[in-house]
Amino acid sequence: MNLFVATVALVAGIFVWWLAVRRLTTKSWEAQGTYDGRDTAQLAGPAPARIGLWVFLAVVSSFFALFITAYFMRMNPAVVKGVDLRDWRPVTEPGILWVNSVLLIAGSCGMQLASSALGRGKFELARLGMLAGGLCAIAFLAGQYLAWRQLQAAGYYAASNPANAFFYVLTGLHGLHLLGGLFVWARAASRMYQGQAGTGSTRLSVELCTVYWHYLLLIWLVLFGLLLST
Amino acid sequence: MSYVAIADQHTHLHDPQTFLTKYVWSQDHKVIAIQYMVTAMAIGLVAIGLSMMMRLQLGFPETFHFINPSNYYQFVTMHGMIMVVYLLTALFLGGFGNYLIPLMCGARDMVFPYLNMVSYWVYLLAVLVLVASFFAPGGPTGAGWTLYPPQAILAGTPGADWGITLMLVSLIIFIVGFTMGGLNYVVTVLQARCRGMTLMRMPLSVWGIFMATVLALLAFPALLVSAIMMILDNHLGTSFFMPAVMSLGEPTGHKGGSPLLFQHLFWFFGHPEVYIVALPAFGIVSDLISVNSRRHIFGYRMMVWAIVAIGALSFVVWAHHMYVSGMNPYFGFFFATTTLIIAIPTALKVYNWVLTLWRGDVHLTVPMLFAIGFVFTFINGGLTGLFLGNVTVDVPLSDTYFVVAHFHMVMGVSPVLVVCGAIYHWYPKMTGRMTSETLGKLHFWLTFFGTYAIFLPMHYLGILGLPRRYFAMGDTYFIPDSVHSMNAAISIAALFVAASQLIFLFNLAWSLKHGKPAGGNPWRATTLEWQTPETPPRHGNWGPELPVVYRWAYEYGATGHKEDFVPQNEPPDGRIAATHHS
Repeated sequence: MNLFVATVALVAGIFVWWLAVRRLTTKSWEAQGTYDGRDTAQLAGPAPARIGLWVFLAVVSSFFALFITAYFMRMNPAVVKGVDLRDWRPVTEPGILWVNSVLLIAGSCGMQLASSALGRGKFELARLGMLAGGLCAIAFLAGQYLAWRQLQAAGYYAASNPANAFFYVLTGLHGLHLLGGLFVWARAASRMYQGQAGTGSTRLSVELCTVYWHYLLLIWLVLFGLLLST
Repeated sequence: MSYVAIADQHTHLHDPQTFLTKYVWSQDHKVIAIQYMVTAMAIGLVAIGLSMMMRLQLGFPETFHFINPSNYYQFVTMHGMIMVVYLLTALFLGGFGNYLIPLMCGARDMVFPYLNMVSYWVYLLAVLVLVASFFAPGGPTGAGWTLYPPQAILAGTPGADWGITLMLVSLIIFIVGFTMGGLNYVVTVLQARCRGMTLMRMPLSVWGIFMATVLALLAFPALLVSAIMMILDNHLGTSFFMPAVMSLGEPTGHKGGSPLLFQHLFWFFGHPEVYIVALPAFGIVSDLISVNSRRHIFGYRMMVWAIVAIGALSFVVWAHHMYVSGMNPYFGFFFATTTLIIAIPTALKVYNWVLTLWRGDVHLTVPMLFAIGFVFTFINGGLTGLFLGNVTVDVPLSDTYFVVAHFHMVMGVSPVLVVCGAIYHWYPKMTGRMTSETLGKLHFWLTFFGTYAIFLPMHYLGILGLPRRYFAMGDTYFIPDSVHSMNAAISIAALFVAASQLIFLFNLAWSLKHGKPAGGNPWRATTLEWQTPETPPRHGNWGPELPVVYRWAYEYGATGHKEDFVPQNEPPDGRIAATHHS
């Protein structure tokens, strides 16, 4: 659980620091009278959807951090009275995972391109980037499925070893998150093709999709590193 | 920018057109709040019914032949799970969170109204899946609300074929729905407060609900992770939690899994869950006590810090539920220490409630009675928590009725008293009518003394060593006859308390038509929800213009004023509450 406690401590630390910055020390009973200027400025802060996404990413971080903690705890069971309970037989990761990783990085680059091109008003380039981002993600999912098939063919069944089971669960849940992202992506992309590329809400959608793509790339790199190293 | 976009733009306000969009597929936070409350209370009634069955069996063993050991375990399990997750969590966060956050922060609605609506319907689906398990072959799971593997999914445990799967699926659905709602609560508090409503001017109710939501968003994933892994263990034959084990003479095929891993994950959710229920209760009680003592809350800033500190600490105490699990004994020392540390901010809150009452102009209204009742039961349950937090005391008391008494006092009776008090308090705003005070007081005294009659003797039974979770005590040598008569007395008290909840429901239903008209601010309170132009507030809450806040939420006992309180939105020079032009 240490890893998870560290993650939560980090999140909580950021949160508390943020609260402190927001003047958790105000003596509100003395501050009679009008509202202060700072608070009005604060209300004109980032869009709610952006805050919402970051809160959601904190929840997803908690989710994956817990899975990774469980991974380590299951991998290294306590040795009880000389009885060795270790039954972990590492998976030989299929090589296609490297290709998939490159695809996901390319997807992230595509989304970044779309996001920044939209900011500069280059709609054609933005559509291209958006398309690349989504298609790379779809290709990644297909690649993950192929990786599953290869593992099955090589006899790595979920029930036969905890290492296999964790492989399927972690990649599967990461894929599900990406699938959810693709749903939002499809809505944003269709808006771009219906001539709404210039609107502020489309720009926000694309930007948030980009953040989500980067985030899922980060999660994937952490998971891939974990799977490779154990 | 966002301020204008969320709070004051009518185009964003999804005005309801038909009956269906107004009351069923509504995106209005107030309607969704009431939907949450009604659903939670309905399923809560089922849970009360289950506890009555348990008490019938325990008080009068070998009398009721329709209760067999399997049923009994199913009742225990479903009672616990429903009360903790589907009633209290949903009612405090989904119900009061939805109703109070936008109104108390001066917003027109939640920031993501559509998501908010979906959140409720997903919650309802979770409840329906849970209820479906009562009708599934083999009935609901009887694994205990903690659902410990391996027994939870082995044949022989009631509900092993369908019940446990439906339970886990229902929890997963609940968590998905809660996450949607939780995002809304957090972002609304952060982004949609009206002008002048700084964080440190928010009423403590909002603080409590806000912090509880943050806890829930970080802790529920632990339950989600364990539910996913247990479903896989059950249906795909993986061995995350399942060790090598024989079931009905056959090996199950599992090997090497760690039941202890499940316990860590479960309690990593389970302990914050206690505070997910307690923090909103803390916040609401602070407001009820302050309003009804006509005094500012004592130590507002300390109260906020205590809420934040309790929230943070609640993540590092989970293993005090596992002293007897066989984990490394050195952990016990660490977790006992953190458990005792968390008592400091909690005790601080209790002192502040008492000091708010001290020399206050105390009005013993029905909500106030419930708030004071809460302080009693919470101190009671909190003190036994200090006993159980210590390893050496916990080990002999583990799995006895002492534990049952402790957690029912601290997170059963206490939050439920707050729920009742809060409903009596905000009912006039929700419906425009007061509830009957006579019935309310009758309900309070029956519930308050009744719950003491139930749970106080259980402490004693626990110290005698009476084990919990037993279907029948039989003729064990250390259990004297007096225990059996005490058990019967407890059961009779429990039946009375359950029946007195019917008074509550009757009061709510009757007052809907026949209650005295409440007016806009019957409790003469300062917070924004009482300053709405209409009661009950209409869609959009505030009429054409949003309120502006000029002071904190506890300006009571004001002198040189026509009233003894100053609403948050009244300008300092005493003009009639003006509103802000956007």
